[in-house]
Amino acid sequence: MIEGLAAIYIFLLAGFTGYEIIARVPVILHTPLMSGSNFVHGIVLVGAMYALGIAETTTEQTIGFLAVLLAAGNAVGGYVVTERMLEMFKSSNKPGKAAGD
Amino acid sequence: MDFIIDASYLAAAILFIIGLKQMSSPVTARRGIVWAGLGMLLATLVTFGTPELLESEHFTVNLSLIIAGIAIGGGYAWVSGKRVAMTDMPQMIAMYNGMGGGAAATIAAVELLKAGEANPGAGAAAYLGVDVAILAILGAVIGTISFSGSIIAWAKLDGRLYLNKIVPGQHIVNALLAIATVVFAILVYFSVDLTTIAIFFALALILGIFITVPVGGADMPVIISLFNALTGLAVGFEGYVLGNAAMIIAGIVVGSAGSLLTHLMAVAMNRSVANVFFAGVGTGPAAAASGEQEMKEIQAQDAGILMAFADQAIIIPGYGMAVAQAQHKIWELVQLLNERGVKVKFAIHPVAGRMPGHMNVLLAEAGVPYDMIYDMEDINADFKNTTVTLIIGANDVVNPSAKTDTSSPLYGMPILDAMDTDNVIVVKRGRGAGFSGVENPLFFADNTKMLFGDGQKAANELIQAVKEL
Repeated sequence: MIEGLAAIYIFLLAGFTGYEIIARVPVILHTPLMSGSNFVHGIVLVGAMYALGIAETTTEQTIGFLAVLLAAGNAVGGYVVTERMLEMFKSSNKPGKAAGD
Repeated sequence: MDFIIDASYLAAAILFIIGLKQMSSPVTARRGIVWAGLGMLLATLVTFGTPELLESEHFTVNLSLIIAGIAIGGGYAWVSGKRVAMTDMPQMIAMYNGMGGGAAATIAAVELLKAGEANPGAGAAAYLGVDVAILAILGAVIGTISFSGSIIAWAKLDGRLYLNKIVPGQHIVNALLAIATVVFAILVYFSVDLTTIAIFFALALILGIFITVPVGGADMPVIISLFNALTGLAVGFEGYVLGNAAMIIAGIVVGSAGSLLTHLMAVAMNRSVANVFFAGVGTGPAAAASGEQEMKEIQAQDAGILMAFADQAIIIPGYGMAVAQAQHKIWELVQLLNERGVKVKFAIHPVAGRMPGHMNVLLAEAGVPYDMIYDMEDINADFKNTTVTLIIGANDVVNPSAKTDTSSPLYGMPILDAMDTDNVIVVKRGRGAGFSGVENPLFFADNTKMLFGDGQKAANELIQAVKEL
């Protein structure tokens, strides 16, 4: 368990890290990066699995199942969409160089 | 086993950060998502080995439910994510983001219910501890608002919802709802019974709907980004509740990165985030009509000639280009113009389309090289040295009343100075106002000609016109 001051350190450092990542990003990558960060918070899946895994009553199981369902959608959807978007950045490099042909 | 799990979560968090870092540069961006994906896979797999899960008396049922949930939720997202057109990306991101927020909120719900069962009648803190109880409740509010708000954003962007107002005096109702939500959040802290929890979540759900409905279409990018940041925060808070390092780090990183991105976007529109929520563009009294002025039409052939003999042409794409999927045709047109010696530049407004960088993504898809694409600050001075500006499906981002008309809801938003060009050609489907509902005087200006039609069709006609010369 992460508690007290240690948690505050983690919150602070993670906050700075996120700020640093965005601070120097070109506008061109804003959408893919937003999509990518959308994928990253799909880690909530891990928590949802845990919540459902330790569920004891039917109510808890129902809500936990909903959590896993939604979280899996976030993680998988976020990945697929980001991957598709970034895919295009690869193909855009070559025609870019060949534009003068 | 505990050590392996904790180490794997830490590794996952590091992989996420590396992934996001790589995604912030065009060269390494594609590798970035793969790294982040590996982190997610690792974290998910080791979670199956959590001792509490394996020792649960309902192990078989719960495990089956977990696998079913991942299969159904993941399967739906996989199919929809693969199928969605590039133009509809923003609303899909809103949808997946809402799902994440909902997941964080439901985790909180399970924890609060557990607290209620363990100590009936007592507060959440009695079972969870003060810090955990507070963060669980905070995460619940934030996650729920992000969930219902994102769904509304999705519905609005997807053209399924045109509502701008639910009740008269919406802002006052919203404020009352917010207060009621806070009151019930405090009640849940002191007494976690089922009814209180249910009302608490219902209020947060309604609050999310009510604050998103009045938000004008032009502000949607800011809202999606904000909800993305909020979901990150909610995930980070619930990560603390569960003592999960991967969730805390990933959630807070997204929360802060998303907040900064939201701020950058709001600044680009010369608005504060609060302003976006409390004064949705185009939702106030309808924008003033532009009097008796008339738009001047131009045929594609003439427009093509104008462009083919220009020294320099600037193309301003907007959401209309996305809808018409015209980016490939536009690129073809640009290549033809290049062959004739016309210098062509693309001008991208920071909030063109429905997300920041939306237009860049579409132009990249068509194969337009980066060095032809200019940001607003870099190109605005260039408009007066330009023969022709072609505006395709953009509207509010070139609306001069943002500079001149203090009564305009757009007033103060930086715009692309298309009106400084000698000739402006506007490709537009109809004569209506823009997404924000604000009339655009540029369309009635003397140097502006309208080329009516769908972006794809207009681009095709322009290509024909240039080819025939």
